[in-house]
Amino acid sequence: MAETEGVRRRDFINIAAVSAAGIAGVGVVIPLVSQMSASADVLAASSTEIDISAIQPGQAIKAVFRKQPVFVRNLTPKEIEEANAVDTASLRDPQTLAERTKEGKENWLITMGVCTHLGCVPLGAGEGEIKGEFGGYFCPCHGSAYDTAARIRKGPAPKNLEVPEYAFTTDTVVQIG
Amino acid sequence: MSFPWANEYKPSHPFMQWMDDRLPLPRLVFNSVGAGYPVPRNLNYFWNFGFLAALCLIVQIVTGIVMAMHYAANTAVAFDTIEMTVRDVNWGWMMRYAHANGASMFFIVIYVHIFRGFYYGSYKAPREMVWLLGVVIFLLMMATAFMGYVLPWGQMSFWGAKVITGLFGAIPFVGEPLQQWLLGGFAPDNAALNRFFSLHYLLPFVIVGVVILHIWALHIPGSSNPTGVEVKAESDTVPFYPYYVAKDGWFIGVFAIVFSLMLFYFPNSLGHPDNYIPANPMSTPAHIVPEWYFWPFYAILRAFTQDFFFIPAKLMGVLAMFGAILVWFFLPWLDKSPVRSGSYRPLYKKFFWFGLIPAMAVLFYCGGAAAAEPYVMISQLAALYYFAHFLIVLPIVSAIEKPLPLPYSITESVLGTDEAAQLAPSATV
Repeated sequence: MAETEGVRRRDFINIAAVSAAGIAGVGVVIPLVSQMSASADVLAASSTEIDISAIQPGQAIKAVFRKQPVFVRNLTPKEIEEANAVDTASLRDPQTLAERTKEGKENWLITMGVCTHLGCVPLGAGEGEIKGEFGGYFCPCHGSAYDTAARIRKGPAPKNLEVPEYAFTTDTVVQIG
Repeated sequence: MSFPWANEYKPSHPFMQWMDDRLPLPRLVFNSVGAGYPVPRNLNYFWNFGFLAALCLIVQIVTGIVMAMHYAANTAVAFDTIEMTVRDVNWGWMMRYAHANGASMFFIVIYVHIFRGFYYGSYKAPREMVWLLGVVIFLLMMATAFMGYVLPWGQMSFWGAKVITGLFGAIPFVGEPLQQWLLGGFAPDNAALNRFFSLHYLLPFVIVGVVILHIWALHIPGSSNPTGVEVKAESDTVPFYPYYVAKDGWFIGVFAIVFSLMLFYFPNSLGHPDNYIPANPMSTPAHIVPEWYFWPFYAILRAFTQDFFFIPAKLMGVLAMFGAILVWFFLPWLDKSPVRSGSYRPLYKKFFWFGLIPAMAVLFYCGGAAAAEPYVMISQLAALYYFAHFLIVLPIVSAIEKPLPLPYSITESVLGTDEAAQLAPSATV
């Protein structure tokens, strides 16, 4: 084959060299990008055990999960009734209380304490804090009000308070994450 | 490029001659900010703010390097190191407050500089690149200022970081992983604080780089001026040194008085008292506000309370906030009027003073106010006008407006007549 037509030796070397440099470039960028993700120690701290034995009906506690507040609330029968009385079709983020709790443990409402609007911590879990007009949680930042199932009812937040992954390891201990 | 009548650099000392043959750095300075740069003779005080912005950048870099000598980017001690800098380090209080208030002064100066550009049409051909680079500098400044505000790790630092990184969480599908990637965790913590410090130290030097490009691009056509009429002859210009060096120097004196009043008498008046409470991830301040210079854009973010077709309200707010600045990139092509200066554009001038300026003022006020009615509705109206001004008003105004007659030359606008230039052949061709 003549040197002047088809793929010349020099073309091949050019393409091979640029490709090798490109692959090497990607190989360098991957670690540079990946190092910014959550590190192993941060991920290792992403599961929390909480003793719930001391929480009386009507009370709630704030625990820490992934450096963020999590609300553990022992609902009273009246609060459960209020949550179940709501027509889910009327909700912005339709969910029933049963879908947001574990079977047989409907009184234990466990949600993140992070408003789904811009991430503030809503009021209502601490002793004496206002619970808003729907008796659940109230975010003071932009006025989002959540009901007794921590579902968004009023204000700018788009979603219900997030229910994290959790499991009851015993009747009185919950593992979150 | 320069005008043919620009003074030429002539090194007199043998060493400067030797230097000029090897590394002509003095020549570069002479041609950029020395007697070798001819500048329109009719610049008003609004043209001082570019030089002033460069001074602010230097103040921020010098005080910032000092602050970094006493600061530790660790959530356990960050708050305390700032307090110790203020209380225990010699002159630390001054460095800290000069850096914090210096940021505010920088934004005041840059807002005047930007709105000077809006009014006098500084973004128009042939200075589009000057304008585009300026918008890039502004975006870099915003990122730098935001990350700097996080470093003291007070309540506003923490919750500001949480809310702003939370904005990225509004992006569909990739939002949450992206937010965790930006923070290096699930909420702002040590990883986030450290990377913010690293980038807060880096970005000012990136800004220096873009500023050099900004000035380079400016020196191709030369400075604009209040009439918007291009330079025609030597009589239209004076050399930057000594004329504008002296004027800028005088104005720096005025600026230094204002800066000193802030620094020495009202060092905390532009800050938020909640940032003197150490960061607490378990408790949100009742009223989260960013630094004042972000208020107009924060108001636009919060103005979107309704889902817009299939786009959730939160994402819409984020897009609008970034869009409010990105629209500036298209300004040179949205405003098609061949007349640059607002002084000769009666209709444009009305929309500038009675449209854009009030809209910005209202957004500014609402961004600092609580997110409640009537502020939300007022900021919605102001945000609507803001976007309409750029996307609808400017193209229409530039199409239908009948501009006032322009002076023949800069000299004529200054002296009332310019016979010499009218008789002589044009020197710029």
